[in-house]
Amino acid sequence: MTRTEYDVLVVGGGHNGLVNAAYLAKAGLKALVLERNEMVGGAAITEELHPGFHFTTFSYAISLLRPDIVHDLDLVKHGMLVIPLEHHFAPMENGDYLHLGPDGGENYHEIARHSKRDAEAYRDYSHLMERVGHAVKPLLDEIPPNIVSTDPAELARVARLGQHLRGLDPKVLHLLVRLLTGSAADVLDGYFESDILKGLFASSGIIGSRVGPRSQGSGLVLLYHLLGEIDGVFGEWGFHKGGNGGFTQAVGRAAQAFGADIRLGASVAEVIVKNGQAVGVALESGEEIHATTVVSALDPRRTFLQLLDPRQLPTDLVQSVEEYKFQGSSSKVNFALEGLPRYPALGDRTDVYRGFVNIGPSMDYLERAFDEAKYGTFSKRPFIDACVQSMLDPNMSPPGKHIMSCFVQYTPFELDGTDWDAERDNLGDTVQATLESFFPGFGDLVMFREVVTPLDIERRVGLSEGNIFAGEFLTPQMYFFRPAPGWNQYRTPIESYYQCGSGTHPGGCVMGAPGKLAAQQVLGDLAEA
Amino acid sequence: MKKTPFHNRLEPLNTTHLWEAWSGYLSAVKYQQSSTYEYYAVRNSAAIFDTSPLFKYRIVGPDAVGFLSGVMARDPGRCSVGAGQYTVWCDDQGFVLEDGVLLRTGDVEFWLSTAKPNLDYLTRVAGRQDVVIDDVSERYGILALQGPLSIEVLAAAGADVWALPHFGVTSATLADRSVMISRTGFTGDLGYEIWVEALDAVPVFDTIVGAGAAFNLVPIGSRALTMARLDAGMLLIDVDFTSARHAWTAAERETPDELGLGWMMKNPDSRPYVGAAAIARERELGASRWKTVGIQADPGAYETLFNSRGLIAPKQGVYVDSSQSLYDRDFNADSGGQYLGYVTSFMFSPLLKRHIGIAKVPLDRANVGSEVYLERTVLHRPAYVKCHVTSMPMYNPDRKTAPLALATS
Repeated sequence: MTRTEYDVLVVGGGHNGLVNAAYLAKAGLKALVLERNEMVGGAAITEELHPGFHFTTFSYAISLLRPDIVHDLDLVKHGMLVIPLEHHFAPMENGDYLHLGPDGGENYHEIARHSKRDAEAYRDYSHLMERVGHAVKPLLDEIPPNIVSTDPAELARVARLGQHLRGLDPKVLHLLVRLLTGSAADVLDGYFESDILKGLFASSGIIGSRVGPRSQGSGLVLLYHLLGEIDGVFGEWGFHKGGNGGFTQAVGRAAQAFGADIRLGASVAEVIVKNGQAVGVALESGEEIHATTVVSALDPRRTFLQLLDPRQLPTDLVQSVEEYKFQGSSSKVNFALEGLPRYPALGDRTDVYRGFVNIGPSMDYLERAFDEAKYGTFSKRPFIDACVQSMLDPNMSPPGKHIMSCFVQYTPFELDGTDWDAERDNLGDTVQATLESFFPGFGDLVMFREVVTPLDIERRVGLSEGNIFAGEFLTPQMYFFRPAPGWNQYRTPIESYYQCGSGTHPGGCVMGAPGKLAAQQVLGDLAEA
Repeated sequence: MKKTPFHNRLEPLNTTHLWEAWSGYLSAVKYQQSSTYEYYAVRNSAAIFDTSPLFKYRIVGPDAVGFLSGVMARDPGRCSVGAGQYTVWCDDQGFVLEDGVLLRTGDVEFWLSTAKPNLDYLTRVAGRQDVVIDDVSERYGILALQGPLSIEVLAAAGADVWALPHFGVTSATLADRSVMISRTGFTGDLGYEIWVEALDAVPVFDTIVGAGAAFNLVPIGSRALTMARLDAGMLLIDVDFTSARHAWTAAERETPDELGLGWMMKNPDSRPYVGAAAIARERELGASRWKTVGIQADPGAYETLFNSRGLIAPKQGVYVDSSQSLYDRDFNADSGGQYLGYVTSFMFSPLLKRHIGIAKVPLDRANVGSEVYLERTVLHRPAYVKCHVTSMPMYNPDRKTAPLALATS
């Protein structure tokens, strides 16, 4: 056996793998990131797919990134620059629209065009949601307690969580429970009456998930998408200069600056286990690399069932991972455009495009889109979360031209009677036709389009079934149970083998928290050893 | 209120209708609801700011270099033709009267832009020297074009200034009009300032804005500009310092060393300029009373403090240009602390993701890394935010000063 050149190998150079390696390198470990593709970033990459047009192929916005990571890893020095997406533009099927911008007073009057009561209720809703978010946020930055452990220290941590919840204002606690267990519709129907406002807010409750706004579980997804912030503005999202690929490039530079190495085109076949302990990895090429610690940034299915021989694991864990739900439901259709889309009611106004364009004009629209997915077909009138990123970063497209990233639902991974290789273009046409119906002449602007189905996400990024969060955001798959009961603290049954991907607490959405918390666990265990 | 040569073009762009008075001119606070968006245009694409209300002087004549050498604390003799300097000038006691940008366009021709009127002062100092100080304030407008894509906008507008170094100045043609372009600005980013005769202002403006459409060129108001300048550690008169000219007491006045501008005066410098003797004496005796430095709140210090009181730390939009006190310890945790000094400008930097400020602290606390505590009132009680002294500028991108590769041929 060759001498180990590295202390730690990180399998997968997505944002969590990079964050993890950067923290470990900063702590003095010699770390090597092994990335299968030819660039770091995983699902957070930017690619020039058409000359001069830079596409955020998969992940396209940022919000939940933990603020301490920015400082711990000196990310600003390495090029981090997040521009707030301050606008939400929601076209309606009758030609009207709802536009929310950076000024609260102006937003009041805009919502009041649709409902005066909603305009007022929006302020109460925002305030209480912000308080709920504030109550939950500390949980994002801590290794969760192990609820199946009998260790008194873990029991004490569970008790502290109970005390934290007991300390909340009853209204905050009640809304939190409703969100954790119920549907987005239950909450939103209680506050609002106008379809357009409910459609806009309910959209945050379905993103990336196989739930409709009226399904239990959409409350949790809604909460998650509001947990982020840009500079203290609750629930605001931002666009990283150069796309989310610009972000992961910055994290990669930071990791390297701390001394980590990155190897591209290095596909890991398996983790080498000797006497119940990880001692290195074998690449697809046959090369073996040895190290005292191995961290997997891949999703739980790959971390446990692909990189390991499942017979090395307790059957309970194998069963839990088998039952862990991926069921990717989202696609991307990215467009290169000759010019900005035109919405007739806006005239020449373009500032509304400096944020998200939300095609989801009512709860019914979203729920109908979900109906089709339940039976294995993709939505004929899909929900679309679009963003003309070149409005904020002109370097994303040639002068005067634009790119438009469209996140699309529902597109179930498993189609009934067909497959995504056959349906890819049909999906592109469906999305384009939907946009055409809101933005007349849209099709004439299209110079090039890229369709990214759940199958493409799985093939290119390695996210099982194309789930963008490395596993559904369902209550039984969160916190104590992400990815499996008892294995929610980044360790595995294999000694010195850890997990740091979005399939661990607190999950996906480009938070970086799994990578950071896993590094804490690794360093803590090494200090005790 | 007077209107700048660009006003008629800017007025319809100001969707907020918010204007403030700046030296008797209307000046936009912001052009649209979000100053943050305007700020990011400076850091991410390109922005224009109408800086025409500055006072502008053309200084020309055989004695121009000699005259300016006798006035400016920074040696204009070291400024070659086609270059410029950020400079200050002082009174006899070595206290700073004002700051400004001096551009040299010929052996005996200079241009000075400054915040306050200086024609009478400079003319008096010039005395019998063979130099003419011409107030061209109303003859020229100045359009600041700032941001990483500013050079691309200028190129698209038809001005080839790729070769212009930081603080370089050149004549150029835009919209068939003669203009003067300097690679200067008040944002700490790559940027240019375009001097244009008032009569030519509109066509030049139209050409730049037309070219900028493809580069996300955004008009910005004073709020975004002052945020950008604070990142860049640039002092603002009447905020970070008071002109010695109309100060009431010596305590109000400050020397270049006290303002952190001592780097301007090269040693040795035998020039007899106004204040030179006092500045030399200050240095000899180590008599500076304080130093102006940058401070940064420790990461998380603000958040933890507010969270501990059940609140969320205000970040986006925080910009305070009135003084806040600095102490040497957290009084809530410890007693017997000392007052140290104060911040003059303070904000949450959207770029650096930190609260930052410009502060005046005793010399023994002026070194980078010194610990200071900023006092804030949070929920009826004082609170102390742990900060550290930092070097200025806090944000200093390479592109600000880097030679620019000729991207087009």
